[in-house]
Amino acid sequence: MTDPLARPPKKNPQKVQTVPVLPPSFRSRAAMGLTAAAAEGRFKLQHCAECGTVQYPPRDACVSCLGLELLWKDTDPVGELIADTIVHTSPNLYFRRQAPWRCGTVRLSAGPSIFCHVHGDCVKGSEVRLLSRLDRAGQGVLIAIPKETTPNMADDPELRELGADPKHRRVLITDGRQPGAPALAKALLDAGAMTVFVGEGETWRPYPERSALEKMDGVNLMPLDLTDTSSVVELAGEIGGKVDILINNARFMRPGGVLARGDTAFARDEMEVNYLGLMRLAQAFGPGMKARGADGINNAAAWVNILSINAIANDPAYGSFNASQAAALSLAQSLRAELRPGGVKVMTVFCGPTDDDWYQDVPPPKLLPGAIARSVVQGLRDGVEDVLCGDVAKDYAERWRQDPRVLERELAGDVG
Amino acid sequence: MNALTQMATALTRGEIEVVDLTHTLDPDFPVIILPPEFGQCARFRMEEVSAYDHRGPAWKWHNISMSEHTGTHFDAPVHWVSGRNVANGAVDEIPAEAFIGPVCVIDCSEGAAQDDDFELTPEIIAEWEATNGRIPENTWVLMRTDWSKRRGADYLNMREDGPHSPGPTPEAIRLLVEERGIRGFGTETVGTDAGQGMHYAPPYPAHYILHGNGRYGLQCLTGLDQLPATGAMLICPPLKIRNGTGSPLRVLALVPKGAS
Ligand SMILES: [Zn+2]
Repeated sequence: MTDPLARPPKKNPQKVQTVPVLPPSFRSRAAMGLTAAAAEGRFKLQHCAECGTVQYPPRDACVSCLGLELLWKDTDPVGELIADTIVHTSPNLYFRRQAPWRCGTVRLSAGPSIFCHVHGDCVKGSEVRLLSRLDRAGQGVLIAIPKETTPNMADDPELRELGADPKHRRVLITDGRQPGAPALAKALLDAGAMTVFVGEGETWRPYPERSALEKMDGVNLMPLDLTDTSSVVELAGEIGGKVDILINNARFMRPGGVLARGDTAFARDEMEVNYLGLMRLAQAFGPGMKARGADGINNAAAWVNILSINAIANDPAYGSFNASQAAALSLAQSLRAELRPGGVKVMTVFCGPTDDDWYQDVPPPKLLPGAIARSVVQGLRDGVEDVLCGDVAKDYAERWRQDPRVLERELAGDVG
Repeated sequence: MNALTQMATALTRGEIEVVDLTHTLDPDFPVIILPPEFGQCARFRMEEVSAYDHRGPAWKWHNISMSEHTGTHFDAPVHWVSGRNVANGAVDEIPAEAFIGPVCVIDCSEGAAQDDDFELTPEIIAEWEATNGRIPENTWVLMRTDWSKRRGADYLNMREDGPHSPGPTPEAIRLLVEERGIRGFGTETVGTDAGQGMHYAPPYPAHYILHGNGRYGLQCLTGLDQLPATGAMLICPPLKIRNGTGSPLRVLALVPKGAS
């Protein structure tokens, strides 16, 4: 079993900040398939279309038949740990700092033998499961974990390093006024978050979520309005150095496409909150988080945006709002690249229609706050970049992969 | 010495005091809240363009944005449907002389302290006139409630059934407009109407009757406790916005020293 992770001590103010360093990040284009799969938390390997061989490491041609059509497919992750070793030193700064580091070879039932990271609870000669994870450099790597859950399994230093587990971390939820905010705060506290800061704007305007948030031990309500630069800057000045996970749940939305409204007022509000709000937050909190990527057990680990799945394909019933979601998604891609040198992950939780006032005339299934909260926590534990929350998001993403243009036309509905 | 040089002398000697009746334009200052499906009043916002830095080495400046009805602001007749056809009803068309003139202050602060929905009625106006004389034609009338001293959620005082704050009854506004011929009416609350003003007939009587008759409104005023009941001069020029329905502005009062 893994030793339970101790609550980190208070920071020694006389010590120099540990500078983030990254594991080697160069990959061939072929190997990027592993990264793409890890970004979604899927264990995929190259399968030869010609002869069916499953191969690792990724290459440009099949090792058996030299076939060139190699498909990245979900693969049975079970195998046997046939060899293991512990790295005590390394010329690479990252692994030198992380040492000792266990690695080993797993012979997969699917065929290939794979050299990978190894969880401390894996026993040589026994069955293990491979996970596809993103390392601190944002590249796909594989780690073997015990087939059955072991006590404190998530506290294994290698596994923790490959995720952004909320345990012992300090979280900022940016908008307490969102109907899902109390469920989200509770899920994070239940997952072991040390503190959950919750931003609240316009305290001169009462809101029902406040009483639930106030009652939670570990929740700190802080003034924050994403549309007001001075408020974002002020809060970053106050708590920016101790936000390890930032969850941007702010959302402004009104129904309607381009022609329904006849003005740009709501569109502007949508961009102010959903797009520029993200930018203000990133400019205020991003540099501090990027610098704190190696700050011990509660280092800065992840930035989460909760967006509509219609960021990838517009449903014109909410056309203007969805455009702001697309803008936010694009900005998040830039932010991901910009935070990567600090080892901080940027994750998007894609949601279908939520069960609230603004989707009241949309038929079910609709997402309840608890479902989104569970997705956020699971996504953080897995350290993924994309989380599809609920059946609608999963369905749209699948259809989008098949053909974005067909999905666009389907979302537009019937004419007349 | 003409009247103006006399006044200038009095100002330089401090015999006339200048009182600021304006709230600071602050991003966190409350604005009126409408049902969410309606368009909303934009909050005051300020974005730095440069601050003696790489974005502009020797200067600091901001882009600002807000509604015509954000903060301490002026309501023009075209703000309300009843005033849509009033001649010269937009802020850029209103004759400049409307922006400076005598002001009467009706102190309702005691009543408002007891009752969040305190009403200014014809009886209260009659009482005020018994002490201070008849309200002259073409003056500004301000309703003092000390509401401007409230902070946070107490200012809008929003409950399940909407905001609760003092304001005039339809009869009181009708009296002021139709019988006294006032120029405009001002309050310390977020609107010229009571928080529950939608339940009067007509709804929002101050807006409806004032603007329908080409009169003006001032709201989110502060410092009315520094004004005498009569004898002060109000200065309230809005920004000259083409077809503007209102404008944030600086509201000043000239007060004879020791009068308040
Ligand atoms: Zn092959």
